[in-house]
Amino acid sequence: MSGLAAAIAARDPDLLPSRRDEDWRWTGLRELIRFVPEPSPVGETLSAGPWAGVHSDELLVVNGRPLNFPGLIQIGPGDRPTAQLRFISTADAGSHAPHIRIVVREGADFTLLESYEGAPGGAYVASAELEIDLAEGSSLTRLILADEPDDAVSVSRADIALGAKARLQQTVLATGARRQRFETHIAHPGQGANVRLDGAYVLAAKLHSDQTTVVTHAGEGGVTNQLTKGVATDQARGVFQGRIVVKPGADGTDARMGHHALLLSDRAEVDAKPELEIYADDVQCAHGNTVGALSDEAIFYARSRGITEPEARVMLTAAFLGEVVERIEHEPAREIARAWVEAKLGALGR
Amino acid sequence: MLSIQNLHVSIADKAIINGLSLAVPAGEVHAVMGPNGAGKSTLSYTLAGRAGYEVTEGSATLDGEDLLALSPDARAARGVFLSFQYPLEIPGVPALTFMRTAMNAQRKARGEDEISAPDFLKRVRAAAANLRMDMEMLKRGLNVGFSGGEKKRMEILQMAMLEPRLLILDETDSGLDIDALRIVSEGVNAMRAPDRAMLVITHYQRLLDYIKPDRVHVLAKGRIVASGGPELALELEREGYDKYAAAA
Repeated sequence: MSGLAAAIAARDPDLLPSRRDEDWRWTGLRELIRFVPEPSPVGETLSAGPWAGVHSDELLVVNGRPLNFPGLIQIGPGDRPTAQLRFISTADAGSHAPHIRIVVREGADFTLLESYEGAPGGAYVASAELEIDLAEGSSLTRLILADEPDDAVSVSRADIALGAKARLQQTVLATGARRQRFETHIAHPGQGANVRLDGAYVLAAKLHSDQTTVVTHAGEGGVTNQLTKGVATDQARGVFQGRIVVKPGADGTDARMGHHALLLSDRAEVDAKPELEIYADDVQCAHGNTVGALSDEAIFYARSRGITEPEARVMLTAAFLGEVVERIEHEPAREIARAWVEAKLGALGR
Repeated sequence: MLSIQNLHVSIADKAIINGLSLAVPAGEVHAVMGPNGAGKSTLSYTLAGRAGYEVTEGSATLDGEDLLALSPDARAARGVFLSFQYPLEIPGVPALTFMRTAMNAQRKARGEDEISAPDFLKRVRAAAANLRMDMEMLKRGLNVGFSGGEKKRMEILQMAMLEPRLLILDETDSGLDIDALRIVSEGVNAMRAPDRAMLVITHYQRLLDYIKPDRVHVLAKGRIVASGGPELALELEREGYDKYAAAA
């Protein structure tokens, strides 16, 4: 159980992660939350979720309670289903901490369309924990759209264990909250297993979004490819912490991590900490991290062709984030993700 | 059409253009030639409205309208087109998307309807064929991985699509081999029209073998120091700019 989930269960703020904890230095919660709110009441679902356009089953977790499934998702050997998993918070100021377990059996191929949704004005404190097992040769595509209220505090943590030759493709698209964090911990066995771990954030006002990943390569011949991109304006704050650990014996690991951010205002902030810890030989590891502004030259070039400045900015930022969206292989989901990102960018600065 | 009077331009308080006057009537092609550092690119960027180019004196009008008071995109909507010496690469924005966005932005600014997707594609195909450009290239990020010649062709393709009234070509011949120069020049010549004016800015006479100017102006130290017919370009090619640079 994470610190936040424990704090919610015990209603004890002293259990909250603090910015004095190295892994929470930019997203400390103990300094923010003096009282853990009461448990959220039973709630009802919101209207259609952001993935509604993809033909799929809908699994609902409302105010921390699984509504129409037992909190366990099992995908049988060789099955290829698609499901929406909607974490919905309708409580104005409640707290909840659901725990969901997902088991994907041998050779199955599961597309999980996850969303984090809150009723407008919600000031809930939520922790979502997912425990995911991917059996040998199975595949999980996990795509996340997070669109939560400005006053929410929301942390989602997934612990994902892969079997040999398993494949994980994850993309987190987030717009932040009072504090929002997506944490992904991956136990990577090598042995032909392949991980794509991507994210993007679009942040305005004083919103905060944190994407933290830890990938531990424990066996030979594993591949991890990671790309996170973000845009922050106003006084928003983006956080990226990416750690890749290559354990002794995990030879032949190929791990790449990139984080690139655009700051669209002087008061926006992006904090990034890419870390590679390598204890094996013969590995290929690389990381790149950049934070910059839109190119004035590119904006002028577009304007000289008649494109207005706001339109040029949206076009160039959409192209910047587009690289992350393009890596989503599932076509209907990719189109939804693309439209979602463009809508969020179009709304910046309004 | 284009009328520039006593134009003074500074960049970071350094005077680059010093009292330049020039008139290009509709239907004519005027060449502006000059040595490096004469202010050729400053002139083209000033007309297009680039930030940092401060006009301290003088005027530039298009059909009587003050260009200098307009934003770069408003100038484009009124028909100004600058073909860049170094066109930018824009990763993630396919050339087709970029052109269609630009066309529709200009149409919107003029109060016209957007172009339909089929009409747009029909026109792009025809224009690209004239410039011997592969449609597949236009689906990739604008100018990303293009050779120097391909980038210049891309500029002319955009010009053909946007149908500007005032065409400013900034060193369009730089980086082109003879074949590309011929194709690009054919593209430019195809746009000559009675209601269009062109300003061809170049260091070398070579381009003017392909794009025949009606008038040639010599720019030195930020001013026009001599004007004449096409024979002036040939004289510059033979004798160089020394005489004019000294006089300026």
